[in-house]
Amino acid sequence: MIRIANGQGFWGDWLEAPVRLVEQGPLDYLMLDYLAEVTMSILQKQKAADPALGYARDFPALIGRIANRIRERHIRVLANAGGVNPIACAKEVRRLAPDLKVAVVLGDDILPSLESLLAAGHEMLNMDTGAPLSTIRDRIQSANAYLGAFPIAEALATGADVIITGRCTDSALALAPMIHQFGWSTADHDLLAAGTVAGHVIECGAQCTGGNCQVDWQTIPDLANIGFPIVEMEPDGSFAVTKHPGTGGRVNTAVVKEQLLYEIGDPRRYVMADCIADFTTIQLSDDGPDRVRCTGVRGEPGPPTLKLSMSYHYGWKATGTLVFTWPQALEKAQIADRIVRTHLDQLGLHFEKIHTEHFGVNACLGLAAPPVADPPEVELRIGVRGEDRKAVDRFTRELIPLVLNGPPGATGYGEGRPKVREIVAYWPALIPREAIHPSVEVVE
Amino acid sequence: MKIPLSRIAHTRSGDKGDLSNIGVIAYKQEYYPILFRELTAARVKVHFGDLVGGRVERFELPNLAALNFLLYEALDGGGTISLRTDAQGKTHGAALLSLEIEVSEEEL
Repeated sequence: MIRIANGQGFWGDWLEAPVRLVEQGPLDYLMLDYLAEVTMSILQKQKAADPALGYARDFPALIGRIANRIRERHIRVLANAGGVNPIACAKEVRRLAPDLKVAVVLGDDILPSLESLLAAGHEMLNMDTGAPLSTIRDRIQSANAYLGAFPIAEALATGADVIITGRCTDSALALAPMIHQFGWSTADHDLLAAGTVAGHVIECGAQCTGGNCQVDWQTIPDLANIGFPIVEMEPDGSFAVTKHPGTGGRVNTAVVKEQLLYEIGDPRRYVMADCIADFTTIQLSDDGPDRVRCTGVRGEPGPPTLKLSMSYHYGWKATGTLVFTWPQALEKAQIADRIVRTHLDQLGLHFEKIHTEHFGVNACLGLAAPPVADPPEVELRIGVRGEDRKAVDRFTRELIPLVLNGPPGATGYGEGRPKVREIVAYWPALIPREAIHPSVEVVE
Repeated sequence: MKIPLSRIAHTRSGDKGDLSNIGVIAYKQEYYPILFRELTAARVKVHFGDLVGGRVERFELPNLAALNFLLYEALDGGGTISLRTDAQGKTHGAALLSLEIEVSEEEL
């Protein structure tokens, strides 16, 4: 049996979680997920400004904090913190923790070879819209393939204490130690599917140990000290989901089911680089306090393609807010919204979209929101987006004047006028597996 | 009789691009047939009104006593493009809990 924990569900997750995981109980492997869909474009810009950057800077600092403990306890760390510059990330880790052996997985970053891939006939159509990549070619900011677990397992075979990858599937960080430790092969579809399901359960951190959980949420113990998840994987692909004893949170079948269904599509075909897992074969049972057993997972071979994650400049946006209070708070907000829209019309400004929400009434739930009679306060929230940065900037000056010029009692403008932000959008696509060439390097 | 979905199920939702997905899980295995019968894709679509621009697709997971719904064009473009407070559909699961379903007393 091996114990694999996840200490980071996204870049920005609780900084103390991985430190506590290595201190509060036994572990064999610690995985950390830092990359959201458009994170790569931010990192690509940082690398353009400074060739020594382009990775998750929280990661080397974390390794510096836990280096002694992971050496003592022989815990190996796997993280996709490398972003678009895994080697620079590895060098920084080595600088802060010179006693650790560090290996990187390369080959996911296809931005430098995009031209030759296009020339070779790879269309990289948008998976959602079907549009060809040529329509945004000159606006692409990052392009990466989601690598699977086998190159990461190869990196583990070098004996490295810390494995740093760029873009890979989140669950691959959990699956790689299983492949390495148990000798699973590309033909072991059911085992790879079981490992993928285990990785999916823990990849969002504490979302499978009681975080963001609806079931009896008021009674979930000690969320302030929530334990991050641990998978105990057996060589036969059966596993338990648990957390360190004495930590907060809760692990039971209801909690794990919520996470199993999180951000999935067709449950019979959960497509990853290494396999296609069938979530309708998963059998769960409660197995003692804060412990869920999972068996029966079946899978099929992975697809002949790998998924690509590209990001491109889409346009500009800004969102501004004003608060109106009782009485007739909603009516005041609606009239203020009409005034802003009238002004935008009079200025002849055009946007792809103007979006209004009445926060406190129906901003999130729309029609599904329970009715509220004359609410005590309403936040008017107006957003615009479009290609013309100047138009978006002009919009940002239209809200605050209403404090003096509009319906009575507007407040909450202390943050000043809203900021114009670049929209970097996501372009999912597929590419034949053979076009991507992963490699492993030990960084001295 | 009519009851809100929250009496027999819990949910979690998230995003993939401009889609949101809602996992709906019956509190007890015995409630799954009620979910299966009452919670059709068409009813989910009506419940969300103009929040969801596209179709709603339903998948079944009897092994987990659960359904999974995909809501297309549900996030104003999704991710970074969306101007909504909830650009990731995080609250769509809770929003579904107020949907009223028809059950008989013996079923509860």
